[in-house]
Amino acid sequence: MSQVADLAAPVEEELLPPAGRDRWTDRLRRYVPALGLFVLVLVAWETAVNVFKIEGFLLPRPSVIAVTFLREAPVAFGAALFTMRNAVGGFVIGSALGILVALATARWTAVNEGLMPFAIAVNATPIIALAPVMNQWFGITNPMSKMSIVALIVFFPVMINMVRGLTQVDAGALELMRSYAASDFTTLTGVRIPNAFPYLFSAFKVGSSLAVIASIVSEYFGGLGPQDALGAYISRQASLFHFAEAWAAIIVACLTGITFYAVILVVERLVMPWHVSMRATED
Amino acid sequence: MPLTDHQSVIAIQGVSKVFNQGRDNRVAALENINVEIRAGELVSLLGPSGCGKSTLLRVIGDLTSPTGGQVRINGKAAPQARLDRDYGMVFQQATLYDWRSVSKNVQLPLEVMNYPKAKRETRAAEMLKLVQLEEFGRHYPWQLSGGMQQRVAIARALAFEPSILLMDEPFGALDEMTRERMQLELLRIWGQTKTTVVFVTHSIPEAVFLSSRVVVMSARPGRVSGVIEIDLPYPRGFETREHPHFFQKITEVRECLRREEVKGSTT
Repeated sequence: MSQVADLAAPVEEELLPPAGRDRWTDRLRRYVPALGLFVLVLVAWETAVNVFKIEGFLLPRPSVIAVTFLREAPVAFGAALFTMRNAVGGFVIGSALGILVALATARWTAVNEGLMPFAIAVNATPIIALAPVMNQWFGITNPMSKMSIVALIVFFPVMINMVRGLTQVDAGALELMRSYAASDFTTLTGVRIPNAFPYLFSAFKVGSSLAVIASIVSEYFGGLGPQDALGAYISRQASLFHFAEAWAAIIVACLTGITFYAVILVVERLVMPWHVSMRATED
Repeated sequence: MPLTDHQSVIAIQGVSKVFNQGRDNRVAALENINVEIRAGELVSLLGPSGCGKSTLLRVIGDLTSPTGGQVRINGKAAPQARLDRDYGMVFQQATLYDWRSVSKNVQLPLEVMNYPKAKRETRAAEMLKLVQLEEFGRHYPWQLSGGMQQRVAIARALAFEPSILLMDEPFGALDEMTRERMQLELLRIWGQTKTTVVFVTHSIPEAVFLSSRVVVMSARPGRVSGVIEIDLPYPRGFETREHPHFFQKITEVRECLRREEVKGSTT
């Protein structure tokens, strides 16, 4: 090695993440406060209902909900599966349309300028209000009446975020492509689309929660015939004053939402192991 | 077309650049610039902020077009030279793509230019060896220090063997110690590749240490106020910075900059 090379060697400051030897114990330790709080709230709830003699139909005790949950689980999870199917179906339709429209707006500025004000306005309106209309359009027993609501709700955040991701690209990154005399298409696939991934996944995360909410709420406006769905189940049990059953189903609804969100997180991790948000988990 | 040492690789002929032409906020960034750069030279564009040195570099690289005059690269117009991929560029920010590993970042121009995969990989490995980062190919950019990132940017710029390397304050964001090491690195790489380098900086010692010639520029409007030959022998090293002739050259450049300042304040 030449003398000059030796002088350059000390630049090699290794900035690698530390080896994950106590990673799992550290991670467990981090959850201890949350678990403690959870147990504390349950105990307080149970005690409060007993001490203040709160009627069971207003607020059932956690222990009663737990027992009901175990009893009703097969029915509730069956209903949740149906709700989840609508949520996922609508999510896929809404996301696909959102991405396609975003790609079109990135390609033709006129589409962007014409569409964005409306997209932002519609995004701010409560789309769930359309549920009765969709029931009329598609028929109350047709899953599309629910999926269309989910798709509409997911569409706008996905589209708006995707447009941002495609357009808010570092000027240097674009100049670099220009200096290589890269085509617009290469710039799109090489820079703009990868740049949009973090934006897209934050839309997916919002969208996954919204999809489950939209799916359940749209079921409040009318069931799906013989097939029991989570929203229909909750509203029926509540109207019969079966609040323990309603609460048990609400737990299932929570689990459904969390599951969808978790799936998105896993996919994100697989698709963009390089992203900033992944670095924090290393320490 | 093979070039002899005496042919100019870059010919800047009467180049002017006016921003906001015909409006109240009209700015003459460059006025009648004439510079010839020969094959294998390392030329610095030096001047205070706002003297148009970066604009001139961008005109050379066809990232912006001049409002007057022309730039000939290897006998071609600048836009044609860009399409022919005659330029490698390095900016102040390394501008590495987060989603690509270090090796994949170096391969980026090769992918754009449709090199076969095997060729891309061997080329990237060679380039990383050249900038002494051969073990870091699989790392992601954020795992590297600023100086290392900038070396990856240099490797990427040289990967497709462009005849000209355009560098816009590439070491401006680095600390002084790293900066001096990077200057040595650049001289070593330049010595090995024989690429013609145009280097924009506002550091007088940096310009003198690196360059075979320093083009001193002044602001409002951006003009060339002098071209100073730096006749310090290559290869240059740590001892060059302590050489009396190095200080003489620094003084010469500083006086050239100062003359313009004095002239500017009296008019």
